[in-house]
Amino acid sequence: MARSDVQLMLDVKAGDELSFEMLLHKYRTPLVNFLCRMVRDQAAAEDLAQEVFFRVYRARKEYSPSAKFTTWLFRIATNLALNAIRDGRYRQMQISIDAPVAEDEPAFQLPSREARADDRLIERERNQMIRGAILTLPEKQRAAVVLHKYHDMDYAEIGKILGCSESALKSLLFRAYETLRVQLALLVARPATQAAGEGKRHEL
Amino acid sequence: MSCEKISNALMAYLDGRASAQERSIAEAHLKVCAACQERAEEFRRLWQVMAEVPAVEPSLAFDARVRQRIAAAPRPKFWAWMMPAPRFAVSVALLVVLSIWIGGRQPRSVNPQIATANSEEQFRMIKDLGVLENYDVLSNFDALSDLPASSQPRQAPQQSPQENLHQGNGPGSGSGA
Repeated sequence: MARSDVQLMLDVKAGDELSFEMLLHKYRTPLVNFLCRMVRDQAAAEDLAQEVFFRVYRARKEYSPSAKFTTWLFRIATNLALNAIRDGRYRQMQISIDAPVAEDEPAFQLPSREARADDRLIERERNQMIRGAILTLPEKQRAAVVLHKYHDMDYAEIGKILGCSESALKSLLFRAYETLRVQLALLVARPATQAAGEGKRHEL
Repeated sequence: MSCEKISNALMAYLDGRASAQERSIAEAHLKVCAACQERAEEFRRLWQVMAEVPAVEPSLAFDARVRQRIAAAPRPKFWAWMMPAPRFAVSVALLVVLSIWIGGRQPRSVNPQIATANSEEQFRMIKDLGVLENYDVLSNFDALSDLPASSQPRQAPQQSPQENLHQGNGPGSGSGA
């Protein structure tokens, strides 16, 4: 029978190094992805994720299962990421409609007609656009969106990680998604032709 | 109800995690608000679009670097086992300092033998206080020094004033102490 995360961590506390390896194996990908969506690039995200695992290991003697293991793990990760962003250790991606685009940086716009020929390029552009929009959110909103959308956590758990009530979290998420809806309007808004067609059908 | 006021209920409703009350609030509002209908539709599309972004895989060296980070950490000091928590250590230190401070304010304990000896000496001094005062007056009395030597009382054999005092026949002993 598979041991729960809490049991694995209690075994780490008791000196079982193999249990730590199992937790590392299980959570390295979710943690790196979470941090990758919080900071600019993967290398920075991996640095932070290594620090998270180191802190988990260092705190093993004081571990007490008062909450879900993931709540504890992601709270450490969130605090580290927020501190790193606020310290400016990892430069955030800034997107501005008016700012000139450097030649070596990909432009955040819908793929041109020429680019449509290459599906992979379109996909990459879209992904960069979405990642960029998430990175422009204020840090706490960003953490809430990433935990909610990509880690499928419930409101109670995200609230514990971010230290806010469920009501405050819903409000935070609503504002964040509202910002993303506007920023990614080109991807999410109904095409005008479709809307007009539906309007005509209603009139008929 | 305004769109802003129902935002929490709408969020939970679209998310599929609404309570019965939130669901009824959101559904009632969506029936009458075209702007929120559009918002709801776009929220759903936004979540679909966000889900398209693929996950990244940690680099192959990730696990090794975690182990390296742990191995490179300084070992805890030999006395660390005595300090299970920094708060506990600070509390103990404060308690010790407080104890020393309170101890310093207490009256010092007195050796009973020394105390008895001191009180006896003080009692003797108080008893002889009158004699000492008279001796002081007479020894500094100028009129007596002006008298001729023959009129002065015969000197008793050499004896210190202190001895006289103790024997009760010092100068002025007749005046009564």
